[in-house]
Amino acid sequence: MSETTALPEVRSREAERKAPRGKSFADHALVQLTMVRFRETLREPEALFWIFVFPILLAAGLGIAFRNRPADVLKIATVTPELTKSLQREKLLSVQQLDSNAAEDALRTGKIALLAVPGSNGAVVYRYDDTNPEGRTARMLADRAVQQAAGRVDPVAASDQFLREPGSRYIDFLIPGLLGMNLMGSAIWGMGFTVVDARRKKLLKRLIATPMPKQYFLLSYLLSRILMLVLEVGIVLGFGAWIFHVPVRGSLLDLGVVCLLGSLSFSALGLLLASRAKTIEAASGLMNAVMLPMWIASGVFFSAQRFPDIVQPLIKALPLTAAIDALRANMLQGANLAHMAPQMGVLAAWLLVCFALALRLFRWR
Amino acid sequence: MLGSPPKAALRVSGLRKAYQDVVAVNGLDLEVRAGECFGLLGPNGAGKTTTVEICEGLTAPDSGEVELLGLHWNSDAQQLRQRLGIQLQDTQLSEKLTVFETLRLFRSFFEKGPGAFEAIELVQLEEKKNSRVGNLSGGQKQRLALACALVGDPDFLFLDEPTTGLDPQARRQLWDLIEQFKLSGRTILLTTHYMDEAERLCERVAIMDNGKQIALGTPRELIASICAEHMVAFSAGSNSNALDIPALRRIEGVRDVRTENGTVELQVTELHLAVPSLLAELDRQNIPLTELSTHSATLEDVFVALTGRHLRDE
Repeated sequence: MSETTALPEVRSREAERKAPRGKSFADHALVQLTMVRFRETLREPEALFWIFVFPILLAAGLGIAFRNRPADVLKIATVTPELTKSLQREKLLSVQQLDSNAAEDALRTGKIALLAVPGSNGAVVYRYDDTNPEGRTARMLADRAVQQAAGRVDPVAASDQFLREPGSRYIDFLIPGLLGMNLMGSAIWGMGFTVVDARRKKLLKRLIATPMPKQYFLLSYLLSRILMLVLEVGIVLGFGAWIFHVPVRGSLLDLGVVCLLGSLSFSALGLLLASRAKTIEAASGLMNAVMLPMWIASGVFFSAQRFPDIVQPLIKALPLTAAIDALRANMLQGANLAHMAPQMGVLAAWLLVCFALALRLFRWR
Repeated sequence: MLGSPPKAALRVSGLRKAYQDVVAVNGLDLEVRAGECFGLLGPNGAGKTTTVEICEGLTAPDSGEVELLGLHWNSDAQQLRQRLGIQLQDTQLSEKLTVFETLRLFRSFFEKGPGAFEAIELVQLEEKKNSRVGNLSGGQKQRLALACALVGDPDFLFLDEPTTGLDPQARRQLWDLIEQFKLSGRTILLTTHYMDEAERLCERVAIMDNGKQIALGTPRELIASICAEHMVAFSAGSNSNALDIPALRRIEGVRDVRTENGTVELQVTELHLAVPSLLAELDRQNIPLTELSTHSATLEDVFVALTGRHLRDE
């Protein structure tokens, strides 16, 4: 059967041989490699969950848990009408008048935070559990109300201003942190697992057996990362803005530059971590060992300032700290790129060092 | 290139490659003629894959020369890459991509060659064009791997164990495709440990063992070199210890006798004379026969005659 079918085939190949330059943009090796990377990511349901769904679930969960509530009204009780009257001046207290037995019972079972009873000579006795913050707060509020009712005048006039507007709540602190964490996770995992998997399957070896320029392979990872970045950042920011009204006070262009530089730095780090490992297990151990300290120390969920001063320079030199600090500066303080120069410098240094090392160490087989 | 194209598409001389504790290739010389399908045969661990990967420019030899299409790896790598079609042993292509996407990717690396769809037609995977690679059968994956090797319209095709692990039907299908490619006049270097594959596809064959070439020739020449056309095997069951082997050797038409796990194998030139004499001799020795079989000598028998071992044992 073969003779008759093979000959036209040879001829058509000869025809193509004569027109080698007719390649479209889409058939350029770099474009093909980038598209393939992008497709592979989108066809990996687990990866999509970790990149897109997980940060949103985390933001929603933490945003709800730490949402700002108006100060709680504390329940207290008295046994005399006089005390009840003076204490009702305080709006943050809900006062009940009970008989002694019922009042003692309510205090013991935690139904009220504090019980005010008259002492000798017009004094007041507060009965409460001083290890309970509610009890202590109730004590301060109740005493202030009693003293003012008795005619005390404060020597210094004071008034309150409440900070409840977007930009200073926990969720505002959290969203840039999650964004930074997401940039790191998707870059390092996206880079690490796919490179190691391709090495394990000998696909890397197969690719270098073709005329593919090696730098295109690495470049295609960075390019597909940038494509993914638009989606990743857009989803987290969009979610924060839509549900929690998290602001972006700086310029969006600056924010884009920070995300891009951050993502490239983390990709270079991922490439370095994946440059030699031959098994997924080895690579994931390495990646977790690098990422876990940063999740804790770099101020994703709480301020990195809480760590002792002596380790602060170290923490500030971590790429995730730099990325998150720059994101917060842009989103919450409206800082421009010039203000973020130190953080940008840290990220650029990580990018250059990791990429140079990765190129030296990288194994194709 | 100056002058006439070299007659040898591939010339390897004094090739040597050692890994930590094993010498994989130990002073190998090879010459593959332009337009032929050359088979590199041998058991697993004979050094076939190392040899091929050195020729493909994927592994650097410790010493020795490789001249491929008149070019050398250290000076003409980029040009060589464009002109080679390579199929590696057990590469797993990306499972998330479709057949078409995979070939389009590989095609993008080459300056010339059939389009992705033409390559799919070449290996008869049209129906699977839009299937994910992960959903293909073993034979279909191997055909896709072959298409990836053909997509650059290569002058020289390397096939490293292309049918290992396939069922007989898939193997025959792949053989048909390779034979079709041979008709276009390109050169092929094929490694295999299946002797029937080499006999069917290869014009010339080199048999390798322990990093060295131990025989070279056409399959017919190699089979003739053991001077036996037929192989006769029988089992003497529990009586094999009582066998008088020298007596068997003296039978007319028997060239050699070897025993292995209770099975006795005879290299025979004249079957019609040897078999009746063998039966008479066994009768004389009072040994009941439990099994008797004969087949024409194959490259497998050549390997056994040369090394005393079977190919598939390793």
